[in-house]
Amino acid sequence: MSSLAAVTASNLRKDVRLEWRSKDAVNAMLFFALLVVVIFSFAFDPTAEESRQIVGGLVWVAFLFAAIVALNQAWMRELRNQVLDACRVSPAPANALFLGKALGNFLFISVVEALLVPLFVVFYNLRSVGPAWQLVPVFLLGTWALVVVGTFFAAMSLRTRSREVMLPLILFPISIPALLGMVEATTMVLTGTEMPRFWITLLVVYDVVFTTVCLLLFETVLHAE
Amino acid sequence: MKFKIFAVITFLLLSYALYQGMWAAPREQTMGEIQRIFYYHVPSAWTSFLCFLANFIASVVYLARRNLKADAFAVSTAEVGVVFCTVVLVTGPLWARPVWGIWWTWDARLTTTLVLWLIYVSYLILRRYSTGQATPTLAAALAIFGFLDVPIVHMSIRWWRTQHPQPVIAGGQGSGLDPHMWTAVLWNWVAFMAFAALLIWVRYRLEIVRQQLDEAHALKAVGQAEGSFTR
Repeated sequence: MSSLAAVTASNLRKDVRLEWRSKDAVNAMLFFALLVVVIFSFAFDPTAEESRQIVGGLVWVAFLFAAIVALNQAWMRELRNQVLDACRVSPAPANALFLGKALGNFLFISVVEALLVPLFVVFYNLRSVGPAWQLVPVFLLGTWALVVVGTFFAAMSLRTRSREVMLPLILFPISIPALLGMVEATTMVLTGTEMPRFWITLLVVYDVVFTTVCLLLFETVLHAE
Repeated sequence: MKFKIFAVITFLLLSYALYQGMWAAPREQTMGEIQRIFYYHVPSAWTSFLCFLANFIASVVYLARRNLKADAFAVSTAEVGVVFCTVVLVTGPLWARPVWGIWWTWDARLTTTLVLWLIYVSYLILRRYSTGQATPTLAAALAIFGFLDVPIVHMSIRWWRTQHPQPVIAGGQGSGLDPHMWTAVLWNWVAFMAFAALLIWVRYRLEIVRQQLDEAHALKAVGQAEGSFTR
């Protein structure tokens, strides 16, 4: 267990250091999500009241698309110089590789979200009616839901033709309940109708179930030949 | 020979079920003849759900035993399941338009079935795009994700839609069903299950042949490579 934690930590450190030096994923995601924000505001042109109703959906669609950009790049780095093959033959636990990658992606996407939320507030004249702190668990759980399955599927789509196309095609259908949970919970908080207790429970269930499945199956997928 | 006998039995079952659904079952009072689509809609739904269940079991067996026959069974059941699920999604709106007055509504059952269809279509797309020996493993992993997702999807969409008024389903369901209608539903279900089994059988044999062909090609390539070395 300690070796799992240690290898996970060193994988995470490596990913964070690479990202810190290149800022490839974060920059691409930021600009992409910014474009989505601008284009949506042209497409819908909402008033402050309307935007409270629709922004839950817009925010998560923007982050979902942005996350695809980062997730597609996440494993590509490991293909250069056969790093992934080296990981395959190394005695380090496969799950450490997966967890390091997933935590790294979670960190990058969370940074992008933190930077973009103020932009949504400005562009859509948002003022939350409900208590805004409730959005914090929703965002953390929702981002993990996207990232954990996304990182796993990105590793799977490495083995397919036209991998960039493959990832959204397999990720979106599975993510539908999580996406529904994030959007509904965000809208509930913004419009202040009620406490999104059910949706947070749903996100917790989704996260627990799929994190477990990812950890159980990752080694199999990594070694699939 | 066994296959031919089974095909004949399936044909007879389908004919009898057609008679049951179209003539023997009584005419529904409020909806009229359009209600008869029910005898195709509901048995198709049950059949496709069973196909997806079989796909899940076959995928788990493949991951546990690495048996290529299980993989062939998984792909056959997924394809046939998607076909029957498509039938459900097409016959539903055909019925809903005259009865509800709308083609589609984001009601819990409709939406869950649509998401189910999306998940298994993505499974088939993954199989199509994936190359080489890894395909069965990747597909089996996705099948497990997809199957575990179904209850979560159902729960989420039920919650999402129970807060909204639902269209009134006029009769035809549950305890209100006339015994003759039940007979027609069950006969159609048996017939559709037989038909699905027949299709899975054909597809399974095709997949086994494809696997053998792949293997033969691989062996031949290895043989040629060895031959070029010795020369």
